[in-house]
Amino acid sequence: MSKVLKYGNNVDTDVIIPARYLNITDVKELAMHAMEDIDSDFHHKLALGDIIVAGKNFGCGSSREHAPLVLRESGVSLVIAESFARIFYRNAINIGLAIIECPEASSQIQAGDELEVEYQQGIIKNVTQGTEYQFTAFPEFLTKIIENQGLISLITKGGLQ
Amino acid sequence: MTDTTRTTKTTTMTMTQKILAAHCNRDSVAAGELILCDLDRVLGNDITAPVAIEEFRRMNTSVFDAQRISLVMDHFAPNKDIKSAANCKLCRDFATEQGIEGFYDGGEMGIEHALLPELGLVTAGDVVIGADSHTCTYGALGAFSTGVGSTDMAAAMAIGKAWFKVPQAIKVELHGTLQPWVSGKDVILTLIGMIGVDGALYQSLEFSGPGVAALTISDRLCICNMAIEAGAKNGIFVVDDATRVYLQEHGAKPPRINAADEGAEYARSITIDLSSIQPTVAFPHLPSNTCTLDQIEVGERIHLDQSFIGSCTNGRLEDLIIAAEILKGRKVAKGVRTIVIPATPTVYLQALRMGLLEIFIEAGALVSAPTCGPCLGGHMGILAAGERAVATSNRNFVGRMGHVDSEVYLASPAVAAASAVTGYITHPATLAQQVEGEAGAR
Repeated sequence: MSKVLKYGNNVDTDVIIPARYLNITDVKELAMHAMEDIDSDFHHKLALGDIIVAGKNFGCGSSREHAPLVLRESGVSLVIAESFARIFYRNAINIGLAIIECPEASSQIQAGDELEVEYQQGIIKNVTQGTEYQFTAFPEFLTKIIENQGLISLITKGGLQ
Repeated sequence: MTDTTRTTKTTTMTMTQKILAAHCNRDSVAAGELILCDLDRVLGNDITAPVAIEEFRRMNTSVFDAQRISLVMDHFAPNKDIKSAANCKLCRDFATEQGIEGFYDGGEMGIEHALLPELGLVTAGDVVIGADSHTCTYGALGAFSTGVGSTDMAAAMAIGKAWFKVPQAIKVELHGTLQPWVSGKDVILTLIGMIGVDGALYQSLEFSGPGVAALTISDRLCICNMAIEAGAKNGIFVVDDATRVYLQEHGAKPPRINAADEGAEYARSITIDLSSIQPTVAFPHLPSNTCTLDQIEVGERIHLDQSFIGSCTNGRLEDLIIAAEILKGRKVAKGVRTIVIPATPTVYLQALRMGLLEIFIEAGALVSAPTCGPCLGGHMGILAAGERAVATSNRNFVGRMGHVDSEVYLASPAVAAASAVTGYITHPATLAQQVEGEAGAR
């Protein structure tokens, strides 16, 4: 089971990882600054495997891949949102950070709720509220990228051409 | 590679769909399909390329075509600290090793999205990806161009291809002409204000209509630059005589025209009368939080600590000419740090030769060498807690230009210059009147 940290609409990449830290290339060091401009308590609240639930347009703004990277490095196991900004969406898939678009889950899940996710079945179980939300599985091609641990591994295996 | 099998011979397509189809050897593509496209150009900068190069190394390969890769050291360059210097060095070493001539640093460096069109590296009909969200700028020239992350850039450098979901489009039909002191920036801020920061999510913004002819290429570059601020995958303009002249003057390859089909399907259509557009400002902390200057109540003064004129959005020569027109013979208000950053070395040199830099310096503004610098809170003009700036850049998110408790108001070069003079957000047309009025009241 994973606990939920909840945020609002339009969480942009400038607050996920502020540009002033982008001269840092070590992801571990960079991750220490994840979300600090929107939630200075982020790392205290977050336990390994926790889930971020947010509103619409999560990850809008810059193309910086550092954004999904620092969330993954910080221990976030999944981001659920009403919708994702498109560059964040493909970056997350390309680096292997799990994301789910589910408006119903986004609006109903509360901070601190405990969730279980069954990816194959496309079900998010809200253990705290005793409810379930359905989500649409990724198209086959994107599943292939995810199952191959990202785009680079897929190319290395000759699976893209 | 497709997600679904379709016989789409008779499908009508948008401009974007036509370009994508031509780059995956298909007669047609349809919205929602996943395709693997050939790329004409791959771009990265000093922030995103180091991450891409690290990923690229894992593939144990060489670049697909050194001539079609551009590496521009513009964000934290001229190197602002040791870590930034190390990142640029990593990119420089990679460029040397892979034979990439399109490596831009030092005096050759300009802000990537101003530099590439200026160097003729993008033409109509191209597919371009860049590890920078504002790569969507080149749609102004009739190209499909979009921002991606570092892993996509790494993959693209290796195989010269990228995967895309074919987008639906929003048709934006433009009519009329712009009023004095109104520019492309006001058009795109107005549009983002109308549809919101996710109003075009996963979609193309396709600009057409008789009003296009009234917009300069500089205006169009500015408009497409901020397509991402509406969540769009790309922005794209129809190709007209002005585009052809621009491409030819900058030595770009001959354009490949991809007009939208009659009867192409759009997610929605929006009509904008350019003559109705007013000077517009986006208040903190979203580009969609817009307000026209005539809506700001008389007497409501939004006082400023800084005015920034530059960036990939508004750092071109046309932008500096407008700013100089306003600042000529005037002084910026005491306490308003006014920072002017020409976007490329050519813009810098032209501004110098035209006497614009002299006007800026005499007005009390600071003129810097090209860099993205303050736009993303990198360097060359960071805001302290409680400070407020007007900026011609593209984002006003929390902490974008510095401290988390600072504020950014997005506006055109005309508004930023007029506001620098008065010290508060000001309509350029009323500047002279206001200055005279205040002098009389003393």
